[in-house]
Amino acid sequence: MSSALQQRRTAWVLLVPMLGIMAAVTAWPLLRTVWLSFTDTGMGIGDSGGQWVGLENFARALSDADFRTGFGRTLYFTLVSVGLELLIGILVALLLNQKFRGRFLMRALLVLPWALPTIVNAMMWRLIYNPEYGSLNALLTQLGILSEYRSWLGDPETAMNMVILADVWKNYPIIALIALAALQTVPTELYEAARLDGANAWHRFWHITLPSIAGPLIVALVLRTIEAFRVFDIIYVMTRGGPADSTRTVSFYVYQESFSYLHAGTGAAYAIAVVGFSSLLIGAYIFLLRRQNGASR
Amino acid sequence: MKRHPLLTFLLYAAVVLLALSIVLPIAWLFIMSISQPTDLTTLPLKWFPETINLDQYKRLLTLEEGSTGETFLYALRNSTVVAVSATLISVLAAIPAAYSFSRFPGRQGLLYGTLAVYMMPPVAFVLPLYLTFSHLGLLNSSWALIIVYCTMLLPFATWLLKNNFDLLPYEIEQAAIIDGASQLQVIWHIALPLIKPALGAALLFALLMAWDEFFYALIYTNDLRAKTLPVAIGDFAAGRATDYGLISAVGMLAALPPLVAALFLQRSLVSGLAAGGTKG
Repeated sequence: MSSALQQRRTAWVLLVPMLGIMAAVTAWPLLRTVWLSFTDTGMGIGDSGGQWVGLENFARALSDADFRTGFGRTLYFTLVSVGLELLIGILVALLLNQKFRGRFLMRALLVLPWALPTIVNAMMWRLIYNPEYGSLNALLTQLGILSEYRSWLGDPETAMNMVILADVWKNYPIIALIALAALQTVPTELYEAARLDGANAWHRFWHITLPSIAGPLIVALVLRTIEAFRVFDIIYVMTRGGPADSTRTVSFYVYQESFSYLHAGTGAAYAIAVVGFSSLLIGAYIFLLRRQNGASR
Repeated sequence: MKRHPLLTFLLYAAVVLLALSIVLPIAWLFIMSISQPTDLTTLPLKWFPETINLDQYKRLLTLEEGSTGETFLYALRNSTVVAVSATLISVLAAIPAAYSFSRFPGRQGLLYGTLAVYMMPPVAFVLPLYLTFSHLGLLNSSWALIIVYCTMLLPFATWLLKNNFDLLPYEIEQAAIIDGASQLQVIWHIALPLIKPALGAALLFALLMAWDEFFYALIYTNDLRAKTLPVAIGDFAAGRATDYGLISAVGMLAALPPLVAALFLQRSLVSGLAAGGTKG
């Protein structure tokens, strides 16, 4: 029998490879990001070093109207895309939970957008939205919905929403699959009983279906929110933050500040602002995960 | 219970609409990839090409200096090297860690801590890592990406494997320890074979995540030596190039491996997703 002490030693030894990698490649850089945010370090050749400037970078970040607008834009992207993904995801899950021929095939189809690489998805929609030869313009004009071709991504009014559409198309299937898996664990007797009690379809959904899929859905929802808030790839490929900055989100902002304008100090301060906000969401996620994991045992 | 015919009709109509909304964009990407370049730039748009043109694929699969094919094939190689190496390192380190979290409880804070780090936006780490890699001369090499990707794959794989170790009975392993087996032998010969499906899922998920990553790859690589497929595709798509057929063919080829992998993942998909594997 190994003693408690020996067990504890074994536990730590087994963790060493993982903890070593994580500490070196995440914990330490994170601390350095914090440090950088208090200096005027530049990324250009010759301007290494960097002087301590206190809270100056943060003052600049907070007073930067562009950054605040970018923050608002990111919130808009996050709320609208995750909201739509949740709505469509639940509807699709309810649909696929019905009995019909080809159910299995439909579930397999649903995996395709999820598996498509993010960059390929962005590129595909960019081609579809193409102002001159895109299939969206062709389809809508041939159906008589649109009288003339539009520049979907070239117009500041529509660009963000078109990017959101592409993002929703790729990501709602995840929500749908999670909701569907949860739906299949709901015992049918509950519905029978409710029907006998005279509950209508809406009541059955509200009082039986929704509560039983809420747990996994909330976890998925928070996870998607964290991911949507850091959106970068799809914007880089579809619009590069344009037109007229209308799709410039905070991640894009940090990227440009650090790697286009080469201001590591202010870039880090912006990054810290993003990290702060993400931490709130991550905290919520961990809380939910712990509660769910505790409850399942 | 029999459904009302009208309801049945509505149900099938909704299913068909849903199927079309998923298939049509991908089908169009495929059609573009086998069209003549001139067919794609005529108005009104032709939905079906008159002749099938495989030139785009041929061009991508020939290695000629300075050609698009060269860019593509190098990116394919880099992506494969990075994804496979990062996956193997991560899963190898995740196995003992997951086992430790599962069998010796008491360090849950660390487990959730690594998950929290994994959820952090990459902008939190990208700058200092850039400076460090530049010092070490690792910028524009696959090593930089392999190292960084490990931090994304490790927490995820650890979590997934831990949840599966949790489902195994501990008694056999304890008996083996009493019989004199070492801790690593127990993990390797007893516990691991019992969670083979989960291990396969963890490997595939990790490969997909690494294959998909764009942000770090964009910043840490800049030419044929290390650029991965997402970065190469970003260049193709965002450039002024109007060769839509060629871009589509690149997209189809890059999407093929993950699409095939996803078919194998069908079963374990939901459990993997619950562990945070939704990709960006």
